Amino acid sequence: MLPRYLREPAERRTPVAYAGYKSTGLRAPLRTPVDLPHRLTEITGPVLGEDMVTAADADLTLRQGGEAQGQRIIVYGRVLDSDGRPVPHALVEIWQANAAGRYRHVVDNWPAPLDPHFDGLGRVVTDDLGRYEFTTIKPGAYPWGNHHNAWRPAHIHFSLFGQAFTQRLVTQMYFPDDPLFGQDPIFNSMPTTARHRAVSRFDLERSQPNWALAFQWDIVLRGQDQTPFETDDDGDVA
Amino acid sequence: MSADRLPPQVLAADESNDRRQGTPRRGTGFLTEPFRLGTTPSSTVGPYLAIGLTWPDGPDVVAEGTPGAIWLRGRVFDGNGDLVPDGMIETWQADPDGRFAHPDDPRGAVTTPGFRGVGRSHTVPGGEYAVRTLKPGRVPDGEGGLQAPHVDVSVFARGLLDRLVTRIYFADEAAANAEDAVLRSLPDDASRATLIAQPSADGYVLDIHLQGCTAKGMDETVFFAV
Repeated sequence: MLPRYLREPAERRTPVAYAGYKSTGLRAPLRTPVDLPHRLTEITGPVLGEDMVTAADADLTLRQGGEAQGQRIIVYGRVLDSDGRPVPHALVEIWQANAAGRYRHVVDNWPAPLDPHFDGLGRVVTDDLGRYEFTTIKPGAYPWGNHHNAWRPAHIHFSLFGQAFTQRLVTQMYFPDDPLFGQDPIFNSMPTTARHRAVSRFDLERSQPNWALAFQWDIVLRGQDQTPFETDDDGDVA
Repeated sequence: MSADRLPPQVLAADESNDRRQGTPRRGTGFLTEPFRLGTTPSSTVGPYLAIGLTWPDGPDVVAEGTPGAIWLRGRVFDGNGDLVPDGMIETWQADPDGRFAHPDDPRGAVTTPGFRGVGRSHTVPGGEYAVRTLKPGRVPDGEGGLQAPHVDVSVFARGLLDRLVTRIYFADEAAANAEDAVLRSLPDDASRATLIAQPSADGYVLDIHLQGCTAKGMDETVFFAV
């Protein structure tokens, strides 16, 4: 039997447009999207695995023959679907700013130093249990032009394919208790009931003595649509 | 915090029949739907996506030199009719036999050697995307018919808080397009036209308009909710 994937109600999803995030103004479509039934093209999707990554891609702190500046951290967790099933052998791509909040990118030119030993790119494939782990440095906050004195909270960009076109997800992982959340429209564009799921958890137990702090973050992709239980007038499961 | 559970939706209790009003009623604990984890909300790729999402062979759905290879090209425009120079598109499609490089295709794996089904292209420079591929075959529609040849497309960019999904169809498949369930579900020919690529010197061309721009005579592309 072919899988069918859950459709998330709009109120549980990040809207494409958000007034506080100015760049959405000329880019987010103005028309309501048309419902696309899930057929073969949508229930299949890119199968991208081990050949896309090397072991060195999971450690962002050792690039160009030296150590990156900043607070060394481990970011780890599981990729699950909303039925709680692990998503194994799935490509996870990440990118981030360096410890000073600067991206190694031609259009990022605010006056914070680049780090010759940090390029900000990581890739791993989840294991049999859907687990992933990166070693990196904690990214810095940085200013941007959205509004007066606008600063992005520290975050790491994540991109996942899952196992079907319907499961594709690009998002950002945040760090707990960031004082910049309140003024950040990108953080606040997420539904209030969902935004805590974009925030990682500090994990002392997984922190490595004399080495690195650990942050745990599980990522949940859309699961499969299942027929609800029928109930009769007494509320009994039929 | 990490994966947590959505509150279960419990059937509203109708206590009018209860022997003792206000006491917990048999049946109120049943779930109306399976217990689920809440999904992780999406966010924008931002302006620096090229750091993390560049593949050296991104545009190669098939390798250079593959017989029958074509280029799918187009530009991405915003609501001012200006090019979007910092976006990215991804394509996903069947091979010329209409099969997918995926284990959930019930008819078996793709028959075209080297065909991976996926392409990725940044819109730099000049706002143009380009993927080298094979024209897809027709794919079953799950209701006994066939879909017209098509490519599923995801669009990512700064200023989009979730990916956009659209499709590419082919102008020289008029008969197949006329019976395609998705195209038929659209309200008019103008909407359909935003999804139909035109033949070009080395393949097909279709521009993507994130918003319409009446001053420049541009219609908003039809986007889909999946």
